[in-house]
Amino acid sequence: MSDAVAIGAPAIRREPGKFWIVPPAALLALLFFYPLALIAREAFLDDSGVANPAEIISVLHSRFFLNALINTVTISVSATAGCLIVGLVLALILAFVPFPGSGFIARLIDTFIALPTFLVTLAFTFLYGSAGMLNASLMETFSLPLPPVDFLYSTWGVVLAEVTVYTPFILRPLLAAFSLVDRGQIEAASVLGARPFRIVRQVILPAAIPALIAGGSLCLLLTVNEFGIVLFIGAKGVITLPLLIYGKAIQESAYQVACIIAVVNIALSLGLFGLYRFAAGRLGV
Amino acid sequence: MSAVAFTGTSVMDIDAAKIRGAGSNVHFDKVSVAYGSHVVLHPLTLDIAPGEILAMIGPSGSGKTTALRAVAGFVRPASGRIRIGATDVTDLPPYERGLGMVVQNYALFPHMRVEDNVAFGLRAQGADKALIGERVKDALATVGMATFARRYPRELSGGQQQRVAIARALAVRPRVLLLDEPLSALDAQIRRNMVEEIARLHRSLPGLTILYVTHDQTEALTLADKIAIMRDGRVCSHGPTTELYRRPPNRFTAEFLGRANLLPVTVAEAVGSKGFATARHGDVVLTGAGRDEEAGDKSLLCIRPQHLSLTAGGEHTNRIVGTLREVHWQGELTHLVLDVDGTPVRVSATKLPVELPEPGAKVPLFFAPADTSLLPEDAGV
Ligand SMILES: Nc1ncnc2c1ncn2[C@@H]1O[C@H](COP(=O)(O)OP(=O)(O)O)[C@@H](O)[C@H]1O
Ligand SMILES: [Mg+2]
Repeated sequence: MSDAVAIGAPAIRREPGKFWIVPPAALLALLFFYPLALIAREAFLDDSGVANPAEIISVLHSRFFLNALINTVTISVSATAGCLIVGLVLALILAFVPFPGSGFIARLIDTFIALPTFLVTLAFTFLYGSAGMLNASLMETFSLPLPPVDFLYSTWGVVLAEVTVYTPFILRPLLAAFSLVDRGQIEAASVLGARPFRIVRQVILPAAIPALIAGGSLCLLLTVNEFGIVLFIGAKGVITLPLLIYGKAIQESAYQVACIIAVVNIALSLGLFGLYRFAAGRLGV
Repeated sequence: MSAVAFTGTSVMDIDAAKIRGAGSNVHFDKVSVAYGSHVVLHPLTLDIAPGEILAMIGPSGSGKTTALRAVAGFVRPASGRIRIGATDVTDLPPYERGLGMVVQNYALFPHMRVEDNVAFGLRAQGADKALIGERVKDALATVGMATFARRYPRELSGGQQQRVAIARALAVRPRVLLLDEPLSALDAQIRRNMVEEIARLHRSLPGLTILYVTHDQTEALTLADKIAIMRDGRVCSHGPTTELYRRPPNRFTAEFLGRANLLPVTVAEAVGSKGFATARHGDVVLTGAGRDEEAGDKSLLCIRPQHLSLTAGGEHTNRIVGTLREVHWQGELTHLVLDVDGTPVRVSATKLPVELPEPGAKVPLFFAPADTSLLPEDAGV
């Protein structure tokens, strides 16, 4: 008798559950999948509604697309590598080198995540730009006619700005992973004769691999799609996929070309997102 | 030279050279430790002889771990020096001290197989491959874990993990092994077996000096050659295990090392040439083993529960009478609680008279003067 009640109860409760999927699904369809479908349609069909593979092939083979793709990959891979190195060093110091105020510094770096990305770029322009503080003081000190430092208006300027902005995204999961490393393991390794560098390599890093993969793939994802920083630095010839889409769609009104590139960009993003979810799942965040 | 295995030669040729003094004794020379203004170890002077097992025992927070971590190099003494063998290690980092350490929660490297855990120290010290292979096998065999070499720590039970941790510490052939509550995370049955195994281990490695930190008196009594009892950051007694148990110098020691009945007495006749004094408990005159007691001293007569007998005879020349309060039968042992003029007295008996007295009855208790010890009433309290 009581069994029947126990079995019946969940069945009744499942009904409203089914209904509740409708509003979010509808919203998702309207705001996300429909525009996505429009972009895909625009990319694959021409004005008369006929599939147009020739146009796709010509865009994918064009100089401007390949350049933008190479720029995007170069910048995001370099920036991610930079973030991983800087983030790892910072995290090791913050987590394992006891100094007063390390917690405060960690929280301060954390708040970086809250700031708009172009803010750093703006600050960089003030610091390293052609009329920035560094150049101005160098020109005055050495009576130079031209600003001597101009790395900011290049691929490397973009990479530097992105490393500055996105390192906290690596730092966060790394600090979380490091806080779980048993201090006893580090001490055991030390007593057994391991110097600090070996301990980092063989005891600490293996525990941080999921965090590195998760943070790294998140960085790749964010830097592939970065728009504000690249636009703000405005380096000549440094055109990435998002910038190219913007240029084609808004400045040249070449919507089909913009959509074809957008589809490539979306595919790249989703691939990286999959990697991130996979790693984050292993990390349990 | 380092290719010769199993000679007791450490592979730490460079680093160990620094600590390769005469013996592997550990010497605390007025070592004190403070966290901020909080002094947790008052100037401690203590020597652990080569090959000795010293159990450092005391209640939680008494500074045992702090003393051990000072030897390991994780706690910097505020003052004093620590020597291992002939070498002053006070300023050496942990990785240059040539020690082994095992802690309560094992601290195995979770992503390494058992064999790699055990090989870790040898690799860190740059031993050659053949030697590492031999030492790992040897260390795992010593703790009975040879067949588990390919497992990961998570695939082992707590007791097995602790064996691996011990093997990992032994593989580097340390001069001194530091054990901090190594068995506290294990359940009672496994703990008893492990205590016996550690004792066996030490018999097979007699040169190994061991500092064994515990709050468990059974572990200390079973394993230690000497015991140091810690209290509030100070050593309140230190001596050979049996001596400390039989002749505790103060009340804290008597009560921390097993159960002790402490009868308040007044010394009647000072300690004679045989080491015995007579003392009065009320009207009763008792004979007890003393040190330097003088007539008229207030003192405590310490008698262990297993040394009290319900039957007279032989050496049992002392006699007191108590009122029986409780009887707890526990199979091998029967515990009785009596009241002797307001002092609770416990008796652990293996043999009982055929007719067991009822609670409330007056019961005479007999004990030998040699099984007693007179303690100063206030010392160490
Ligand atoms: N890192 C630390 N900072 C401040 N106080 C500490 C620290 N470690 C231990 N203590 C204090 O030192 C005292 C002794 O601790 P410990 O040596 O761990 O005792 P035991 O091992 O005998 O239980 C305790 O009062 C403890 O609170
Ligand atoms: Mg402790």
